[in-house]
Amino acid sequence: MCLGVPGKIVEIYEQGGLKMGKVDFGGVLRETCLAYVPEAQVGDYAVIHVGFALNLLDEAEALETLALLKEIGEFESGLGLSGPEAADEISG
Amino acid sequence: MKYQDEYRDQSLVGEALEEIRRVVTRPWTLMEICGGQTHAIMRHGIDQLLPTEIELVHGPGCPVCVTPVELVDKALAIASQPDVIFTSYGDMLRVPGTGMDLFTVRARGGDVRVVYSPLDAVRIAQQNPQRQVVFFAIGFETTAPANIMSVLQAQALGLTNYSILVSHVRVPPALHAILGSAHNRVQGFLLAGHVCAVMGYHEYPPIAEQYQTPMTVTGFEPLDIVRGILQTVRMLEAGRVSVENAYTRVVTYEGNRAAQQTIQRVFTECDRKWRGIGVIPNSGWRLRPEFEAFDAEKKFDLQAIHPEESPLCIAGQILQGLKKPPDCAAFGVQCTPESPLGATMVSSEGACAAYYRYRRPGQDL
Ligand code: SF4
Repeated sequence: MCLGVPGKIVEIYEQGGLKMGKVDFGGVLRETCLAYVPEAQVGDYAVIHVGFALNLLDEAEALETLALLKEIGEFESGLGLSGPEAADEISG
Repeated sequence: MKYQDEYRDQSLVGEALEEIRRVVTRPWTLMEICGGQTHAIMRHGIDQLLPTEIELVHGPGCPVCVTPVELVDKALAIASQPDVIFTSYGDMLRVPGTGMDLFTVRARGGDVRVVYSPLDAVRIAQQNPQRQVVFFAIGFETTAPANIMSVLQAQALGLTNYSILVSHVRVPPALHAILGSAHNRVQGFLLAGHVCAVMGYHEYPPIAEQYQTPMTVTGFEPLDIVRGILQTVRMLEAGRVSVENAYTRVVTYEGNRAAQQTIQRVFTECDRKWRGIGVIPNSGWRLRPEFEAFDAEKKFDLQAIHPEESPLCIAGQILQGLKKPPDCAAFGVQCTPESPLGATMVSSEGACAAYYRYRRPGQDL
């Protein structure tokens, strides 16, 4: 129940005085309340929980986490070959 | 999907696990607070991939599990009234109250409806002005912003037929209860990423300091979880006590200020009873007096409630990390997801449900 799922905001509108939006979860669109992320713009990613955006996702931080973990792998293997596709994917 | 799939990358998970193996020199017991993390750990078999030195115990972060049986009974009493539409998150419908659950009420003709968002419940109230619509507002800090927005929205729309049955709990007081217990075994915590998405993590450093227990804000994908474990183990091995953030793409130190301010406006702190655990001081939220008109406990006469728990259920000890589901004699025998004795066997975040669902071949029930 506490699950929050990342989704992409594809539309923003107002309804009943609330900032609302359509969020795309890998092809499935859902109505979402954006009242707590007033700065949200179309194209942003947010974590959605019970129909509410909790926070916007920070792309720079997301990339850094992956880079950090890749570094561990490189340090470990000494080859620097691990998981390049992961980093590519997120920048796309 | 973006921000999800890449955090399931097996080779990266494997490398982080390898790093944990390299760093660890002695046994450590960590607790993941959040039931969503318990399920992810079991689902991906992370508990089995960790070096044997590291034991994970499961925390109380499952709102369905900790909602006290009294409140479930109140929900059952309200939902049984003929002029009421009772709305709830789906997880609550099979949670056993005293002698029955919300599904039983529905089978007997009660109007019980599952909603995805609390705003759906407000919409139902708008469409049914002659009936009372009640929403079962359970949750931790993660769900509070959504639940209270339904009250603010009902107020803005001038609805007098909408109310919420509040069962709101907070993580920091539960940490005090766990760490302050004479039986505590937990040496490090994985903090619940989505609780911190709302609240930030500024509440935790004083607790970490007081009990000399390191903590790491942790997300929900396999990579997030192993990273949270790695950072916590590094602190433990170095004898360092701090609160670190391993979920930086979602969580900031301050959290979501707009959400926190709205929570302050609508809720005030109160003592709460946690199912199987007992009352934890200041561990909950309730509606402020100015929102009394939306408080289902004030609206309905709920005197005749005599709650009773199954005497077999040890969920309270499981939720405090003192026992694990297979330690319960009823696990998988008298208690299954089809006929649960406790809420932890029902909830999609309950530890008993996770062990039941993801039990491995050859593993005893
Ligand atoms: S297995 Fe069932 S009875 Fe035992 S602790 Fe879990 S929920 Fe309670």
